[in-house]
Amino acid sequence: MNVAVAVDDEARYEAVPSASEAGPAAKRIVVGYGFWIFLLSDIVMFSAIFAAYAVLTHATAGGPGGGQLFSQRSVALETGCLLASSYTCGLMSLAIGSRRYAATYLMALITFVLGAAFLALEVREFAGMIAIGAGPQRSAFLSAFFTLVGCHGLHVTAGLVWLAVMMAQVAIKGFRATVERRLLCFSLFWHALDIVWVWLFTVVYLMGVLS
Amino acid sequence: MTDTQYDRAPGDASALPDVEQGTSSGVLVYTIGLALAVVLTAMSFWAANTSLLWAGGVSLGLTVLAIAQMGVHLVFFLHVTTGPDNTNNVMALAFGVLIVALVVVGSLLIMADLNDNMMPAAELMNLQMQH
Repeated sequence: MNVAVAVDDEARYEAVPSASEAGPAAKRIVVGYGFWIFLLSDIVMFSAIFAAYAVLTHATAGGPGGGQLFSQRSVALETGCLLASSYTCGLMSLAIGSRRYAATYLMALITFVLGAAFLALEVREFAGMIAIGAGPQRSAFLSAFFTLVGCHGLHVTAGLVWLAVMMAQVAIKGFRATVERRLLCFSLFWHALDIVWVWLFTVVYLMGVLS
Repeated sequence: MTDTQYDRAPGDASALPDVEQGTSSGVLVYTIGLALAVVLTAMSFWAANTSLLWAGGVSLGLTVLAIAQMGVHLVFFLHVTTGPDNTNNVMALAFGVLIVALVVVGSLLIMADLNDNMMPAAELMNLQMQH
């Protein structure tokens, strides 16, 4: 009876080897880990810009503050675009996992269009602010605002370029292991940008309108 | 020097292990994540605009909602789990969160403290902060 239990236990141990017993990790996991470290360093950089913005929120130099400048409708639309694109990016990863070309292209296209719509809304907002004399040179608050939101916008732009390049690679090279790992990194990048945007619309737009 | 020979690490599986897992459960995970994120976002926008809540507590509530949504994104979109493959990722995330908290909270505390202590006259300090 005891022996049976012991054997049972052993079998269970074999079924789920610990991380060190399993040998070297799969390359896909190592690549994901490395890119995760990069993303975290990127987020640390964002946190410094966030801190600068939070310190300078009230330093408006007599110029317009957040309450007068921000339009909640446009922010809600931007948030919707980015969230939906994060979802379609997830669906794209699933399509890649099951090697469906058509679904991959379709989801990549939707992700790209939503990301571009987000950027267009943001550029329109920036242009409207600069047109009424609330450009980055107006006050420390606006400098911090344009740095923070613009930095996120630049990341989204880079993500769109990356997505276009990845789709070209899928079309030319197919679903190779290298291409799949790059797509994994892209989806991590895109989801991380959405996390940054969550903090951005909370701290900048919603809390800015409060005070 | 074929691509496959040099491309594979010693422990790398030849095929992705989760290919046959079925995409319907994957779609479900992303859809749950999206639904939760939409609900939390809507709550944030509602809390910022309503007059039903005590105004002093709204910013704290918004912070809590943002933390919750960050958790939703991490679990449902970035697939941070407690599995053995993810131990390193979670440790790195914890370190990142620590650094972010130090930078943001530290900056805010120090600057608020400076404002309090180096203020000969409130008006003068405001003037300096505004330029």
